[in-house]
Order: sequence, then structure tokens, then C-alpha cells
Amino acid sequence: MSLTADTVKKIAHLARLGIDTRDIDDYTQDLSGILDLMTQMNALDTDAVTPMAHPMDQVQRLRADTVTESDQRRVFQAIAPQVEAGLYLVPKVIE
Amino acid sequence: MHNCTIAELASSLRTGEFSSVELTQAYLKRIEQHQALNSLITVTADQALMQAQAADDMRAAGQAGLLTGIPVIHKDIFCTKGVKTSCGSKMLDNFIAPYNATVIEKFHAAGAVTLGKSNMDEFAMGSSNETSYYGPVQNPWHTAAVPGGSSGGSAAAVAARLCAAATGTDTGGSIRQPAALCGITGLKPTYGRVSRYGMIAYASSLDQGGPMTRSAEDAAIMLQTMAGFDDKDSTSVEQPVPDYLAELNKPLDGLKIGLPEEFFGTGLNSDIAQALDAAIDQFQKLGAQVKSVSMPHLQYAIPAYYVIAPAECSANLSRFDGVRFGYRCENPADLTDLYTRSRGEAFGKEVKRRILIGTYALSAGYYDAYYLKAQKVRRLITEDFKAALTEVDVLMGPVSPSTAFGQGEKTGDPIQMYLSDIYTIAVNLAGLPALSIPAGFVDGKPVGLQIIGDYFAEGRLLSSAHQYQQVTDWHLQTPEGFD
Repeated sequence: MSLTADTVKKIAHLARLGIDTRDIDDYTQDLSGILDLMTQMNALDTDAVTPMAHPMDQVQRLRADTVTESDQRRVFQAIAPQVEAGLYLVPKVIE
Repeated sequence: MHNCTIAELASSLRTGEFSSVELTQAYLKRIEQHQALNSLITVTADQALMQAQAADDMRAAGQAGLLTGIPVIHKDIFCTKGVKTSCGSKMLDNFIAPYNATVIEKFHAAGAVTLGKSNMDEFAMGSSNETSYYGPVQNPWHTAAVPGGSSGGSAAAVAARLCAAATGTDTGGSIRQPAALCGITGLKPTYGRVSRYGMIAYASSLDQGGPMTRSAEDAAIMLQTMAGFDDKDSTSVEQPVPDYLAELNKPLDGLKIGLPEEFFGTGLNSDIAQALDAAIDQFQKLGAQVKSVSMPHLQYAIPAYYVIAPAECSANLSRFDGVRFGYRCENPADLTDLYTRSRGEAFGKEVKRRILIGTYALSAGYYDAYYLKAQKVRRLITEDFKAALTEVDVLMGPVSPSTAFGQGEKTGDPIQMYLSDIYTIAVNLAGLPALSIPAGFVDGKPVGLQIIGDYFAEGRLLSSAHQYQQVTDWHLQTPEGFD
């Protein structure tokens, strides 16, 4: 199955991933090849098979709804690109 | 002293032949001498010497265990408090981890010494260590060849005797394949055996940390410390940790070995096949029985993996958005530009490829055809393993279709690179434990033998490998220039 350059641009936008316009053709070709590899699975009839999300079919463990973590905002914000007054700064979203 | 195993070093430290500080200094000197390998991203010399001193004090106080004072290297995927944890990416080049991964905590508690953080494929995506932002790693056996990946720095460092042992992670073969290509022992434990807390996520349902060592005995010592339930990891399994060292001496007599027909087909290099045949003969001489088994769905492991792993990666890597930590682009025009350019400028090509594939596979209209289909195939592959493991105790086969390939040889063709993991990937889909041990050489490059076991049968894998290593010396070979 082959993808078009437009589809690659659309996926890149969905993933909020900047890709160099010069590289689009390479990605289009690589991704088409990988999708071809995936279509090998179509040779298998899997209608009656239950999907397996996790090894050993584990169930997600739950814990009691109690506070277990202490406030570490200062520690975490110390490695942030831009913070002010305890807030993470990003470009203005609402005019 | 650098040529000793952990078990030997622990004994010398106990008798006072040398101190942990002396041992740490010796390894730091070797790291300095062999910088050209590029196996480390960060060397933590000052902290290592402080830890070594603390370990010597611990010993003087009579509180030393097997890993106390032993210098190790951790893959740069494990968050280490106060130390740069880059995951091989420009995205995290400025990331000083604010907390420790559980695995790191466990090594600290055991009194082990951390020499530094090892080089790796970016976000563990690669089979040759060539996708690292910090440049490729040389294979000590043949410096123009790759060490394998993604735990290539750890494998090269252990092979070059730059540390007593190292940690790695394995999502599709990232411990076993570099272990095979560098001639060391590497174990991928059962999914859920080792905590993933603080281990930067690539594909959460496949990732598993494990030891990379000189011998099976050392792997047992390392796993003893690494394994165990952790309530900070929601997929950690509540299962007691057995005494792996006590199990090492279990004889091979009566061990039933299954040889999957699909592992020994036309894709396997004939010289490697010959080396593996000789190794399997050796197991038979030690009392094991061999039987052929068939796992018809194995051929679908690569396509299923390259849907599931990228899908999970595209979700996991969405956290790298330039807002809370990591790389941020200069002068973003708006929020979308901030996300798009920060990610675009800081992720390498292979990471982008996998994010794109995963995003596509999960996008509206394609979910059933790709992701759901892959999850169904995953079950069929797992059922194949389960059926085979009711007939036999362990499965054996190759780790990699070739020995270490040349730097740059496969970088132009992602699919050729993906096929390097053809024998290892299915094990991750099933969540089973498997290890790679040195089993010979082809043209001076190491060959690995893979042993796969049932869930939580790490003890059986380690004892099988240990018994083999008692009568062979492949694991004792040292690359020229590193002895």
C-alpha cells in the first residue's frame, strides 16, 4: 500500500511533528514500505481471535484513592523551559 | 581486576585484595582510555568515587552484599536523580532527572557504584546504536562494526571491560541482540518482572529492563537486585523473586529443548547455524534432550510489532511537547508552532518515522485494520509459544540473523534494519523471558545463542546458560586491545 505526500503531511500535523519539506518524499517512501510489511498480516484469518493488549492478559491494578505523593512542583519546574510564578509559560492561546 | 566477573570481584572486595575506590578508579581510567568506543553519554566520576567510598564504609560496617562496591553502567534510559538522562535524544539533552528509576534505587540500596550512563539508540528505537544523538558506538570486537542496539553502549562497555556489568532495556531485542553482537550475556526478563518506573517509555506493553553481563552467574546476581514488585509500576507483577543464584547449579539432565523450525530456515547465515548446532550438541552432551517444534505464526511477528510498538511510541512520546521539560524551539509563533517545531527539531529521523507510523495506525478509519489486527496476531504468536512450552522446557535458536554488521550498512533502509530483530521480537510480543549467551565466533565476530523460557522461568534460563558456561569458554574471550 502506498501513501501520498499529502497523507504524510496530514499525519505529521496530527502528531504535531515538524518534518523538513525536503524529507517528505523519503518519509513517504519509507512509510509505504513499512505499511507493505504490515499488510502481510492480512494473510491470517483472525475473525475469531480476541485481541491481546498486554502480555499475560493482565488486568490493570487499582490502588486505594489516597494521597501518596508530596508536592514537588518546585523540583519539576526547575527543569522547565519557561516558568513564572509557579506556572508553565507558553505562547498566548487566547487573544 | 577489570577482567573479573562480579562474583570474582565481590570475593576480592570481601578479602580486602582491593577496595571499591581502587576498583572504581581502575574502571574510570579504562573508560578514559577507550573513549573512542563512544559507549558512554555521561561519566559520573565524582559521584562514582563517593559511592565507592560509601560502599567501602558499608563493607567495614559488615553490611555488604554481592553488588556492594561493584561498578556498573546504566543505560541512559533510566532516570537518575541529578544526572543527565538523555535517552539518546536531543530532546532530553538538557534533562536532569528529578527522581530515580526504581532500578536505580535498587542498585543504590545494594551499594553498587554507577560509573555513568551508556549510549543508546534514540528513545531505544534502533538495532545498531546509530540513531543516537550522541553518535554511533563502536563494537570492541571490530571497531568498524555496530555493537547492535538499542542497548549498544551497555553491550560495548561490558565487552570492553569498562564496567563489571550494565543494565539495558529490551522492547524488541534491545538487550539480546547487542549482547549477541558484542559477545556478552544479556537477559530480557518476563514482562512485569523488573519495574518500569522511571524507565523512559517507548512501547509500554513490550519494554522490560534487564542485566547485561560477562556471565550467566553475573546476570543472576544483577537480576536478584533488579527484580521484584513495585507499586509505582501498574504493570509490575506481584510474584515472589526466587533465589536465582541457588538455582544456578541445577543440572541440565533431562532438560527438554525445543528447536523452532521457523528459527532455522533459509534466512539464517549458514556459519551462524553451524555455531548454534555445535552449542546445542554441547547441551545434549550435558544431558538435555532436543526436539523440533513448530510455531507457524512467528513469521508475522515483525509486521505485528511494527504496528504495536510505533502505536504505543506515538502515544508515549506525545509527552515531549516543549512545555514542561526537554527541548523547546526558539521564538515559537503560537502553541502549535511550539509543539511542532520543538518536536521536529529535537527528534531524529527514526523516531519521527515511528511516530508517523504509529499515528497513522491509530488514526480514524485505520485502527481496526492495523492496531486491532496486530493485537490479534499478537495473541496467535503467544499461543504458539504457550503450546511449544507445554512440550519442552526451553526453546533455543539464533539471536540475530548475522554477526555485527558494518557502521552505515543498513541505515539507508529501515526495513532491512527492522529485520535484524526477526528472532527476538516475538518474545516481547508474548512477554516471555529470554537470554542471549556467547556461543562461538564467525570471522572473529561473536555469535549469540538465544534461550527462551516460560513466564517467570528466568532461573531455568540462567541455570541452563550457567551449566553451558561451565564447560565452554566463549564468554571468557576478550576483544583484542581490551584485555
